[in-house]
Amino acid sequence: MSEAPNGGSHGRPDLGKGGRTSGGSYLLETKNLKMHFPIKAGVLKRTVGHVKAVDGVNLQVREGETLGLVGESGCGKSTLARCVLRLLQPTEGEVLFGGEDILKYDRKRMLRVRRDMQIIFQDPYASLNPRMTVGNIIAEPLRTHKVEGDRKRRVQELLEIVGLNPEHYNRYPHEFSGGQRQRIGVARAVALRPRLIICDEPVSALDVSIQAQVVNLLQDLQKEFGLTYVFIAHDLSVVKHICDRVAVMYLGKIAELADRRGLYGEPRHPYTNALLSAIPIPDPERERERRRIVLVGDVPSPANPPPGCNFHTRCPRAQGYCKEHVPDLMRQEDGPQNGANGADDHRASCFFPVLEGQKIEKPSESTPYRAVE
Amino acid sequence: MVEQRGDPGPAFQGDGDVQSPEAAGEEYGKVEGRTQREIIWRRFKRHRLAMAGGVVLILLYVAAIATPWAAPYEYDEIDFAAFNQAPSIEHPMGTDRLGRDEMTRVLYGGRVSLLVGLGVGVFSTLIGTAVGIFSGYYGRLVDVGMMGFVDFLLTLPHVALLLVLGKLFKLTPITITAVIVLLLWPRMARLVRGQVLAVRNQEYVQAAKAIGVPDRKIMVRHILPNVIGVVVVEATLIVALAIILESAASYLGLGIQPPTPSWGNMLTDARDTMTQQPWLTYFPGLMIVITALCVNFLGDGLRDALDPKAVE
Repeated sequence: MSEAPNGGSHGRPDLGKGGRTSGGSYLLETKNLKMHFPIKAGVLKRTVGHVKAVDGVNLQVREGETLGLVGESGCGKSTLARCVLRLLQPTEGEVLFGGEDILKYDRKRMLRVRRDMQIIFQDPYASLNPRMTVGNIIAEPLRTHKVEGDRKRRVQELLEIVGLNPEHYNRYPHEFSGGQRQRIGVARAVALRPRLIICDEPVSALDVSIQAQVVNLLQDLQKEFGLTYVFIAHDLSVVKHICDRVAVMYLGKIAELADRRGLYGEPRHPYTNALLSAIPIPDPERERERRRIVLVGDVPSPANPPPGCNFHTRCPRAQGYCKEHVPDLMRQEDGPQNGANGADDHRASCFFPVLEGQKIEKPSESTPYRAVE
Repeated sequence: MVEQRGDPGPAFQGDGDVQSPEAAGEEYGKVEGRTQREIIWRRFKRHRLAMAGGVVLILLYVAAIATPWAAPYEYDEIDFAAFNQAPSIEHPMGTDRLGRDEMTRVLYGGRVSLLVGLGVGVFSTLIGTAVGIFSGYYGRLVDVGMMGFVDFLLTLPHVALLLVLGKLFKLTPITITAVIVLLLWPRMARLVRGQVLAVRNQEYVQAAKAIGVPDRKIMVRHILPNVIGVVVVEATLIVALAIILESAASYLGLGIQPPTPSWGNMLTDARDTMTQQPWLTYFPGLMIVITALCVNFLGDGLRDALDPKAVE
């Protein structure tokens, strides 16, 4: 890594997308990240088990790209985001930001990293302090990190950047609509010109008509400031629109990871196939012919995930082998989009991935797929 | 605004608030927002009862401060020529069985009650809020320890404790304030802690943490303003309760000792002759009720004024 992770983010020239990427290094990387919440019971509050919200996640995010993180409610997306920002202290694993494990950082060094990574929350009503004026909310990062200069002017600039009236800095959040509030949240997140912004379902709580505006705003800001996004969502269409690469999560693990074209065009994991088949097509003719893969049963409890492949209880392709063996996130050898350095490899954690032209219901192989690495 | 009835002109003509579009736009660009304090004051002013309560309380405190110079008599000035007199010009609230002027004694008694009320209100609120916010924000062992202590204090029987302490110490207005603070701050701490538990998991607190705002500032800037509503209301309840508790203690002979008057011990004195000289109970009793009510109204008004979501 050529640059220190905490190199001053202010006054630094805005490099274009990917301008600082050197081959093989990542802005953000998680290694075997686990977040297990203890379940306490009884009078003595003994720990009787763990909710495995995030259970061994390996992810790489390159500077300037947008990584989508999709999955059902409760699959651990938001927990993963909070672990990366150290709003939660993970049970195990590493979070590398700019090549260094920030989980080992002390308070002072962590504060410097916080300048470079920010979060946008899902609920624009809960993420803004109702007792603070918009100006104070957006100025808080500037104040905390002792940014010099005319803060009021800077706040007004930021309001303008996100498309709000700069004269409104003295208003309270409840005087704004949902979309406007989310813009305030965006302004707060970009105030320090961070390198990474984690968008935790930033448009899920908004009207569909407003969603597009906020998504476009995020894209404009990315171009302008060279931002890197981790974009959490459960709306696959939005993710397809904005993301370069997509990771699909299921029960605290990554089920499939591929670049956008690979994932949407040739999904390998049966779970991804099922998810994609649920996207409605805005064309009544084709919509009628769309075949949906309906998964049976509910998501198992993360407190007691199934042994072996955690998807085998609902998987139409599952065989005996899947119940006993845990699949790694395996490189799909003939993945169409496999990159040169392995970063863009199409990966899926499935022993019997859905290969091109196959139907999902019939497992055609009895020998499990193995990674060659 | 001038009354427009009967004026044949356009409906809004002459209304100072409405300007031509260009003028309004120009004004809009320049408008300096009101400061927080102005906004809160404006909202508070609209709350009639609170304003009235505040004014009455200020008058009561002014009277209490001015009493040594303003009182017509001395509180222990005995005049056997005029005992048990009904209210009259010379003695607007009558006299007691020793011929002491009741109004003078109500004024002096007010000094004690208002001092105890204010002292208990301020200190219980400070201690209780600080402990509650700490306990709720940090949770875990801090919470268990602090709340254990609070629960212990809450189980102490008020009157029995006053009785014991009254035997051990000389009860002056200062010590009785301290004792009542000891009894009442745990209420505040419990209440605040509960509110903090709800607030600390809000996303705006998470956002502040993600920015790197230190815990101390999160507590002051994010937690405190969002629990201030209940704090203010509880503080006024505590002030009223302190005045009543002091009166009760004095009534039982454990509080302020005669001949120093307090509203409570004046009520005790008047107990035996309530049917013959009812004015001796009316005036101190009325003062307790009025003070407690005013403090509660004031609290209501402050809570609404501090809430930015309140409709103007």
